[in-house]
Amino acid sequence: MAEVKVIGAWASPFVMRPRVALNLKKVEYEFLEEEFGKKSELLLKSNPVYKKIPVLIHNDRPVCESMIIVQYVDDVWSDAAILPADAYDRALHRFWAVYIDDKWLPSLFGLAKAQTEEAKAEAVEQLFAGLKLLEEAFEKLSKGKGFFGGDSIGYLDIALGSLVGWVRAMEKLNGFNLLDEAKTPLLAGWAERFCAHEAVKGVMPETEKLVEFAKVLQAKWRSTPAN
Amino acid sequence: MGVDLLSYWVTPYGMRVQVALAEKGVEYEFKEENLLVGKSPLLLQSNPVHKKIPVLLHDGKPVCESLVILSYIDEAWPETAPMLPPAADPLARAHARFWADFVDKKIMDGSVNIWKSNGEAAAEAAKAFIESLKVLEGELGEKKYFGGEGFGLVDITLAPLMAWYYAYEKYGGFSMEAEVPKLMAWGKRCLERESVAKSLPEPEKVYVFVGQVRKMFGLE
Repeated sequence: MAEVKVIGAWASPFVMRPRVALNLKKVEYEFLEEEFGKKSELLLKSNPVYKKIPVLIHNDRPVCESMIIVQYVDDVWSDAAILPADAYDRALHRFWAVYIDDKWLPSLFGLAKAQTEEAKAEAVEQLFAGLKLLEEAFEKLSKGKGFFGGDSIGYLDIALGSLVGWVRAMEKLNGFNLLDEAKTPLLAGWAERFCAHEAVKGVMPETEKLVEFAKVLQAKWRSTPAN
Repeated sequence: MGVDLLSYWVTPYGMRVQVALAEKGVEYEFKEENLLVGKSPLLLQSNPVHKKIPVLLHDGKPVCESLVILSYIDEAWPETAPMLPPAADPLARAHARFWADFVDKKIMDGSVNIWKSNGEAAAEAAKAFIESLKVLEGELGEKKYFGGEGFGLVDITLAPLMAWYYAYEKYGGFSMEAEVPKLMAWGKRCLERESVAKSLPEPEKVYVFVGQVRKMFGLE
């Protein structure tokens, strides 16, 4: 029986986060894929509060919430530190991770759900404004190296990097670049580097597959009465 | 340069930070941002992304987002009053972080609608609020604090409830004592701590403040 399991789904950026963390630590785990539209008994038992993926199960004990799982993985396996050593840098990584989940990701989701040109334009404006802030944060935190975490993938790399697949899918669906070399050169370079990393390659969903999946979701949202 | 806290007496997010600093015995200067009047240049400069309080300044360097601030305080002053279970127990640490996050997601985020709206919206918000408090009460169980014997992260995160509960009760039309008696008992234990007693305003004062804000928003 596997000591470490992750309950998740291939398309979820939140699920990608603990997987990248475990890969960075070279920890073997069993991936238990949830069926789209259903929630397994194990999921409901392991995350009774939110009933959501991802859930990490370590020696039969569940841990929930993607970035809390990432911290847990960092706490348990000490190689390849994910959070920076300095307390202030840690605060910055955490601050931007919260920004991404509370502000930036909802805008990306807003773009995916937008049914009017107006709504799309608003979402895009917010996304570009956010990317500008993240570009500045990258410059400050990377200290000239390749990742927010410096030489290696760190907490904030995982928080933002897990969204790159969906960013690429939105770029394809809408026909323009969000991660634009001209607008945010550092982030554009970082995204390539992140996707190519050995801890990420195997778990980053393919853009084409996400595009197809997005179309399925969009059809579903369009057919549902106003939300 | 030392430690400064940009905050306002009534914000529960700021109270958490005050409690944490008091628990750690850290001296700091409270720089009041009067929300009813406006935002200072220092606030706008220190939190350009959100322009919100609280902001902790440590030797001039700003830390924003109350839970991020709490983690920072715990890590910058590790020798006194640790907020988290020991490093040897990462699962307990993960659980503490989970429940602190739950307080924000399921209790604090929605609580504003109890008093910032009327009728159906307020009733819905009160219902959701009570449901989530009951979940928390279940998590507390028979423990003295959420942190067990020790006052910890979850306790610090939720403690400001003891300043705001009266306003929630009045505008939400329910009784905290009736709905979550064990949680209220926990709250009273928290208030016995000096850090909490001196960081939380009187519930009556908060209730009056809320009434003033409601008038400003034309809700009365």
